Amino acid sequence: MKLPISWLKDFVDLDGLSVEDIARTFTFGGLEVEEIHYAGLPMPKDAASNEFKTSGIGWDRDKIVVAEIREVKPHPNADRLTLLDLFDGTQEQVVLTGAPNIFHLKGTGKLAKPIKVAYAKEGSTIYDGHADGLVLTTLKRAKIRGVDSYSMVCSEKELGISEEHEGIILLDDDAPVGMALVDYIGDAVLEVKINPNMARNANVYGLARELAAMTGRDLRSLPDFGGLKGGAGNFAEIEIVDPQLNPRFVLGLIRDVEIKPSPYWVQRRLRLAGVRPISNIVDATNYAMLELGEPLHAFDYDVLNERAGKKQVKIITRAAQDGEKLTTLDNVERTLSSMNVLVCDEKGPLSIAGVMGGAESEVYDASKEILEAKAIEPKEGEPTMGKINMRGKSTTNVLLEGAAWNFINIRRTAKQHNLPSEASFRFSRGVHPALAEMGVRRGLQLMAEWSGGKIEAGLVDNYPLPPKESVVEISTRDVKRILGIELSAQEIASLLERLEFKCEIRETIIDTRKSKNELSNIEHRISVTAPPYRLDIGEGVVGVADLMEEVARIFGVERIPETRLADPLPPQVGNPAFEWDERVRDILVRLGLQEVVSYRMTSPEREGRLAAHNEYARIANPITPDRNVLRRSLLASALEAAEKNVRAESLELFEIGPIFEPVKNDLPRELPRLAIVLTGLRAATSWDVKDSPALDFFDLKGRIELLLAGLRFVDVTYAPTESVAYLHPGKAAEVKVNGQVVGVFGELHPLTKEKYELGARPVLAAEFNIETLRALSPAYGIVPVAEFPPVYEDIAIIVDESVAASRVEGLIRQTGGRSVSDVRLFDVYRDEKIGANKKSLAYSLTYQAADKTMTDAEAAAIRNKIVKRLEHEVSAKLRS
Amino acid sequence: MDQLNDIEKAALDALASVVTEEALQAWKTAQLGRSSPLMQVFAGLGKLSKEERPAVGSAANRVKVAIEAALAARETEIKAAALAKSLEEDALDVTLPGRTVNVGRLHPSTQQLRRVLDILKEMGFQVYTSREVETDEMNFQMLNFPLHHPARDMQDSFYVESEGRGDNPILMRTHTSPGQIRAMREYAATNPQNPPPIRIALPGMCFRYEQITSRSEMQFNQVEGLAVGEGITFADLKGTLSDFARRMFGQNARTRFRADHFPFTEPSAEMDVECFVCGGKGCSVCKRSGWLEILGCGMVHPVVLQNGGYDPKRYSGFAWGMGPERQLMLRYKIDDIRYFWGNDVRFLEQF
Repeated sequence: MKLPISWLKDFVDLDGLSVEDIARTFTFGGLEVEEIHYAGLPMPKDAASNEFKTSGIGWDRDKIVVAEIREVKPHPNADRLTLLDLFDGTQEQVVLTGAPNIFHLKGTGKLAKPIKVAYAKEGSTIYDGHADGLVLTTLKRAKIRGVDSYSMVCSEKELGISEEHEGIILLDDDAPVGMALVDYIGDAVLEVKINPNMARNANVYGLARELAAMTGRDLRSLPDFGGLKGGAGNFAEIEIVDPQLNPRFVLGLIRDVEIKPSPYWVQRRLRLAGVRPISNIVDATNYAMLELGEPLHAFDYDVLNERAGKKQVKIITRAAQDGEKLTTLDNVERTLSSMNVLVCDEKGPLSIAGVMGGAESEVYDASKEILEAKAIEPKEGEPTMGKINMRGKSTTNVLLEGAAWNFINIRRTAKQHNLPSEASFRFSRGVHPALAEMGVRRGLQLMAEWSGGKIEAGLVDNYPLPPKESVVEISTRDVKRILGIELSAQEIASLLERLEFKCEIRETIIDTRKSKNELSNIEHRISVTAPPYRLDIGEGVVGVADLMEEVARIFGVERIPETRLADPLPPQVGNPAFEWDERVRDILVRLGLQEVVSYRMTSPEREGRLAAHNEYARIANPITPDRNVLRRSLLASALEAAEKNVRAESLELFEIGPIFEPVKNDLPRELPRLAIVLTGLRAATSWDVKDSPALDFFDLKGRIELLLAGLRFVDVTYAPTESVAYLHPGKAAEVKVNGQVVGVFGELHPLTKEKYELGARPVLAAEFNIETLRALSPAYGIVPVAEFPPVYEDIAIIVDESVAASRVEGLIRQTGGRSVSDVRLFDVYRDEKIGANKKSLAYSLTYQAADKTMTDAEAAAIRNKIVKRLEHEVSAKLRS
Repeated sequence: MDQLNDIEKAALDALASVVTEEALQAWKTAQLGRSSPLMQVFAGLGKLSKEERPAVGSAANRVKVAIEAALAARETEIKAAALAKSLEEDALDVTLPGRTVNVGRLHPSTQQLRRVLDILKEMGFQVYTSREVETDEMNFQMLNFPLHHPARDMQDSFYVESEGRGDNPILMRTHTSPGQIRAMREYAATNPQNPPPIRIALPGMCFRYEQITSRSEMQFNQVEGLAVGEGITFADLKGTLSDFARRMFGQNARTRFRADHFPFTEPSAEMDVECFVCGGKGCSVCKRSGWLEILGCGMVHPVVLQNGGYDPKRYSGFAWGMGPERQLMLRYKIDDIRYFWGNDVRFLEQF
């Protein structure tokens, strides 16, 4: 909502409040000012440190003034330019201009009625009207086509009022010549964010009411509608088919209007508020809407009469039929559905209720039509371009609609037809039906003022469904309990009364309940009735909360003290699952891995490179086609992350997060996973490292071993696996903890790797189910550190290639039992002497006794047992 | 006697040209060895007369001491010279880069989540996590966003395809708040008549239907806090969050509260923290205002309490929500939110 300060001033005395004070008050009261646009009023001195976003310019009091044009003379050397005889209040000036909107007065001699304009003297700073966007410029003396030019008559764009640069500003006739322009029409516009709970304030009067309440000032009442009141009118009938959709419909009539431009001050205010002026009648509907919040719609009464065949005009509101059509005033034929509500007459639809009027019955300005028709000169043979409602005669009688609509309906309709408008913005957030009548009366009053029309006595008002009056009971205890402040019933009532709530302090109750948070056992109850412009005050406990918000806002959220929680601390139980994942992260980071976090959304094509899935939880409204499903593989995410860093010399990445397993028409299963990707060089290339080997299977395995050891798992086994299609069948292992499979890892299959841009080096990948890991119990306790000297010995054995190293080590450990405290494989060797299909495995063994020094003889005995066992089980031969 | 003087002179003269350890050893053998002239003098002492013996003996001793002292001095010199030489030879170019080890790092969002959660844990707020894909009911309806309510405009959602669910479609959660309902229900189930107090922190990934640009993302982390109990007030909310801000942004961090609106809290507010980059003087980070919008907060709406199994007439509470990525962007002057899920290690390495 764009709020011109000048308009606000109509309703609240702003003396002593700067523009920034006002903006700050709104902002703290829940009506955030997102930007201040200065259109004349002085900008704060140090704009750079202003607390608000600002734009626009302040006008120099001495240099930019109201002036009058006394004669428009031709320029001696330029047909399109004119020279103005202008009086600026102190002296005569000759001003050069090309403004089209006074061009027709060129050479007509002294003007009978001087034209009031905004005059910028030499040296004043304004916007360059001819530049794209807003570029400041300072007026300097120059010769234009042989004539001295040093000052300007200004357009709205040049003064920062609007984008308008079609012609100069033509001020109203009563503008005082010589007055500083800032004093006459200097303004600032607050861009106020209207949250859903503030829908009632999407209008000047609503914001004025809030400001008055928060600053403790008086709210001026609306201009007196004077003789407009009166009984029921008889110029139309109204039939409401469904009061749920249309709780109220009000019509007023004004006759003999003359359609013409609105006064300049009206146009200026509308433009500042972001609405384009059209004509006095349309402007009156918009002005009343911006002022009061009730969107109005004006019909050409004669068109309706004609459609009614000279019978009584009858307005019918109803839901549209599916497929029904209406051409709206933007000349688009729209196909309607049953959720749309229509305003019709007996002949058919006239407008889409609350969203947009129809073309046929709109208020018609013939003069504008002629101008437009002239602007588009038809080529010979082509039909004249024209609107379908080219009626030839301007509207003279206006039927004015003010209504209340079901906000859900309007919201859905505006969305469906993609018609966001000032009207639908308000109606889709709820407008109180009481405003329908007020709006129509205000609209008629403005039309009469600006068009010379005569208001027909009475209104036609059909009001089948008045909203329930909202009455909520609150107590001083509620305020203490929810806000933590102690206010008396009178104080609470006076805060709420500033927003026009009616408060009745009902009684004093001795509350016998004892609670630690009550300082007093007396509570005063206040019965609060919501004012007739609000639909947002609920019932019961909701109503209480709604009123607490109002008390807090008007009291001032900033004034509420800060206290510490006195309520008991709940039992502290932690979150073991969350902490477990954090521990996994910590260990991996310690091992040198970098954590990545990817999008949960991916596409089957992306993931298909790794492993194809048929079933996915699919996004119904993806933002891009390559993020249209929820991921099923975390490893695919991690590989994509690696791919993005393909230029890195070495990558060690991991990600922890959920994958999503679809469940038909229900919530997908969210399964936590860990993925690891390693690729690149084992050591960074540097001045003394030239040819580091590439990371391989065992680099990954080592990290996995350390991860599982860090998690204190002892029973960890690795077995080859060929069941993972994306892994190299000979370089893939599954990991079991306590006998249960927890993950797989290995080198990426060459065919899989081909599908990624991951360079030439091997890519190692692992995928773990950390939920399974979490559920397994780790071992605790340490192994005592041996006190007595051990015996160290190396043995090398020759076995067939097919014998797994883990099997040999297992046999050594099993046979050696507690006496062998450490087994370390230090060499794997193959050559011709050993024989084809054979390998030599060399182990360092540590023989250790817990209670004494191990002797060489004892160690030899154990070794002999081990060698025998190996010879027997895996046909090993001791290498000499 | 003259002979002794000659021996001394010859020895010391010879020593002058000795510069290596080996030569020194040879010189030592030559001058002090068994067959050296000096030792020959000692060996010949017995043949001298009683009268001559003491004088020659003492003179020979003096020469021996002198030669030994010269030897020791030269030995020290030669060692020092050798050491100096070897030190010089071993000198490195200390400006060459050092050898590094591979350092692992947490994703910056994880780091920031931890900072936030560590503080909250100390304040008694325990971590509560819940699912990322939710029903409309849990994500909106239970949180006082009725169907078709204008408040829903503020949170455009991603929907997950499903059929026959009517007004309860499946969607990606737009905030961690559905966890509030889940947590309250879990707690309330333990004692439905007298539900226990709650203090939890709800971290996690959230999703909004937004184009990915430098300023907006389709997924982001959120941390919410929730306190429910008997007698929790808006004043407590202000105090607790100001405490949090001091822990998070510095001991002197000033806060201010502005009324705001969220469907699931009422009254609601926005908390600003004095800009920690410029100390409130105004800078590009705070857009010259001196304040940073850090979190939204408010008293838990009675409808939400009710939906969680807590009687709003008896219980009250507050909740707040904030964005770790936003906090990081402010703190580290990150001007493009796309860095976070871009997974470029050149970005990630900087944290």
